[in-house]
Amino acid sequence: MSAKKPLKYTMYLAAVAVFFALILLPPIIGIFIKWNTIEEVLGQPALMHRALIAVVNSFVIALFVSALDVVAGVPLAWLITRGKSKWLNVLDTFADIPFIVPTAALGYSLLLFWNGPEGLSALFGGSLISTGWLLVALLHFTFSYPIVVRVFVGALLDYKREYEQASRTLGAPPFIAARTVTFPILKPALIAAFILSFARSLSETGATFIVAGAFENGPVFLQNMRNAFSNGLVSQATYEGATIFASLILIVTSLSIFALIRILGSRLRLPFNRVWPSIERKLSYTKATASRNTVTLLVFLAIVLLPSLFVALPAFQALFTEHFSAAISGSGLWTDYWQSLLISYLLGAIVTVIGLIVGLPMAILIARKKFGGFIATVLDLLINVPLIVPSIALGVSLKFFWQSFAFMPEFILLIFAHLAITYPYIVRSISAAFERISVDIEDAARTLGAKPFDVFRTIMLPLTKYSILSGAIMVFTRSVSETGATLAVVTNLQTAPVVIVNWVRALQNPALNANITPSVVGLGCGILIVFSFIILLLLRLITRGKGRY
Amino acid sequence: MPEVRVVNLTKKFGNIVALDNVNLVIHDKEYFSLLGPSGCGKTTLLRLIAGLIEPDSGEIYIGGKRVDNVPPEDREIGFVFQTFALFPHMTVWENVNYGPRVKNFDLKAAGTIGHEVLELVKLHERLNAYPNELSGGMMQRIAVARALAAGAKTLLLDEPLGQLDAKVRNEIRYEMRRMAKDLNLTAIHVTHDQAEAMSISDRIAVMKKGKIVQVGTPQELYMKPNSLFVAYFIGESNFLEGSVVEAKDSELVIELRGGDKVKVFGEGLKKGERAVVVVRPEVFMVEQKKQGENVLKGTVEKISFEGTFVRYEIKLRSEDSVVVIRPSLTEKWFEVGAGITLSFEPEKAHVFPYPETSLAEELSV
Repeated sequence: MSAKKPLKYTMYLAAVAVFFALILLPPIIGIFIKWNTIEEVLGQPALMHRALIAVVNSFVIALFVSALDVVAGVPLAWLITRGKSKWLNVLDTFADIPFIVPTAALGYSLLLFWNGPEGLSALFGGSLISTGWLLVALLHFTFSYPIVVRVFVGALLDYKREYEQASRTLGAPPFIAARTVTFPILKPALIAAFILSFARSLSETGATFIVAGAFENGPVFLQNMRNAFSNGLVSQATYEGATIFASLILIVTSLSIFALIRILGSRLRLPFNRVWPSIERKLSYTKATASRNTVTLLVFLAIVLLPSLFVALPAFQALFTEHFSAAISGSGLWTDYWQSLLISYLLGAIVTVIGLIVGLPMAILIARKKFGGFIATVLDLLINVPLIVPSIALGVSLKFFWQSFAFMPEFILLIFAHLAITYPYIVRSISAAFERISVDIEDAARTLGAKPFDVFRTIMLPLTKYSILSGAIMVFTRSVSETGATLAVVTNLQTAPVVIVNWVRALQNPALNANITPSVVGLGCGILIVFSFIILLLLRLITRGKGRY
Repeated sequence: MPEVRVVNLTKKFGNIVALDNVNLVIHDKEYFSLLGPSGCGKTTLLRLIAGLIEPDSGEIYIGGKRVDNVPPEDREIGFVFQTFALFPHMTVWENVNYGPRVKNFDLKAAGTIGHEVLELVKLHERLNAYPNELSGGMMQRIAVARALAAGAKTLLLDEPLGQLDAKVRNEIRYEMRRMAKDLNLTAIHVTHDQAEAMSISDRIAVMKKGKIVQVGTPQELYMKPNSLFVAYFIGESNFLEGSVVEAKDSELVIELRGGDKVKVFGEGLKKGERAVVVVRPEVFMVEQKKQGENVLKGTVEKISFEGTFVRYEIKLRSEDSVVVIRPSLTEKWFEVGAGITLSFEPEKAHVFPYPETSLAEELSV
């Protein structure tokens, strides 16, 4: 036994080392490498002002959208878990759709729905919502809403209903019971949902860029600077300086906001001290619940589901044009498309495998507190950093870091970037699964004569395989739809979302590429969505009820 | 006032019938227990009375008022959960005051009630503690206090002692009965522990597989079980299989497996039918009668000393085993392997027709 101990610790130490060397430190160092270029921006007040406004826009939209997400998403989660209709299962699946549609395709879909002449705007003669902040806010609502629903559905399923039942038997109508007992107890889940949608809104780039128009938030500003640089409009120093400046503010502000939420979140008491029995009683029963459910479903259908799937319309029309055969045969601009799709899925697969290998020991280390409770807590906090750093800022700083290694091929760079972004997902899901399993079970296996590795292979792996699988699929889909960091990192390689973004840009500005038509983009999005759908289906099949422990 | 009555109550979960056409009346101010093995439907019945789940069919009345469509908050009941379900984010005081607050009691009155119930459960000094700072016994008492503070006249207790260790459990169960009696409450207590039910209840309903098998006082259930199942579930019994060889009115002679004949009293059995004779372990007399009616000979197979009593397992000629309990201090003990002669009085045994399926099936929970 004693001979094996060093080996085991070497494995955990290696996991920590990989985490620091590949994931945590490169972006930090990347920023410091280019530290001096900040002066460039400080000398240009107009640019600095523009960057600041963009970053402020990011936070305003993220805050506003996440708050709205919680208000609108929680009733749907409630309906899904508490309703009695058998259709709720279908609703549950539908709620995942915007989650799984790659954001670039989602952005185009929303653009068509709210803005394009084929969409809702047709009813109003002209574009209903022009590109800009409102469309960006709508977009962010659409893709972050499913996150809140998913997190809260999970929380409600795990919630011990007895608390709520106790409240009812003590005389509280359902509305008061939910407000004074269920929500306060589920506050951590509410905060987690808020943080996740906040972080997602801060970092999303591809889709935002599509619908932003002249409006700039942080990621769009960074992307605009990059385009300006590659078109020779600004100097490299200005580009790098502005990028570092905006990224730094984004990172520092979001880290402080998350720290603030973490500290204040646990102290914050939801307003439950007062009750208004007569009013809240009215809100509790049939009429009020029925109208609440109707509004919830309407919001979900009209603002989330329909706009997300609207791209299916041109995609369907494109099936009957020459574009479809061109797409199938892979001729013309479709050569690039299929290649990018291949790159995306290959990248996703590689990132998932590496993520599993480097993430698993870290997850066990955290869940089982191998190096003591304090280190586990610190590591637990640190692995979340990539989650809350806007992905484009992460991509930019990673690029600056790895640029100093000239031999680094772009594809490897992409792997590192995606690894950094998806790392928290894999570690989170596996460590949560391990924490749910009592140490007693492991100890029991040891007393029956199993060696540590046998315990892992024969006990822990079978018990956690569904969590590991769903973590892996999450990493894969996240990698496939990732746009912000990808755009920041690559110059020649194109992943599928990047192609979509470029196509939409060409659509908005025909000078870039006159061959792009709405049906081409529709078809491109459609194919991407079909593939993602198959993955969603697999996810559902694999993680379905039975076999979950 | 709060008499609880259920009429033709049925509840299914998917294909499983949790409660099958149950009828039951629980009197005002009665301490009533629902007793049965797990899965018998006792908790389902309690939750239906509370309104936490809805029946598929049937009626529920509390205090003469039909409540099937009344939500739980308006049924004027108090429910104590097995896990206590104390709100973890509230102090003891906030937990206890929760009912008065959401029921919009006058604040001053609510405060008085809060102090009263905490005095009652003797936990006044833990006012500002959070539930996770309390012991199991304390949590249990707070859960009861919380239900009382909300003005409950009917107390529904779902295995309220299940989470406590044996010593505390025995203390608290008498306290619960005393409290219910002092406050003139109707209490319905769900448990799978027959000793618990026997020691505190005015009446008990024994349940099995979604049905009520027998309702009666503890003495009635023990002395006059109406079925093999009740004889098995309440106290301890020996089951001797045989068939009726003589039947004169209620006087029966049963020939047991192995050839011994015993006389017992029982209704509804005809000559030639298979029967099961039930004899409680303490009913057997030892070495009193050497022969004659109701004498069984056997060999001591196992002895266990249980403090007040000695428990013998005795193998009869028929190869059936019976358990006999004797006082440990006032009688001479038998050794393992010793021959022993048992006898019992016909009036103290019970006889039932042999079940349609099998004895094991009938007794299975």
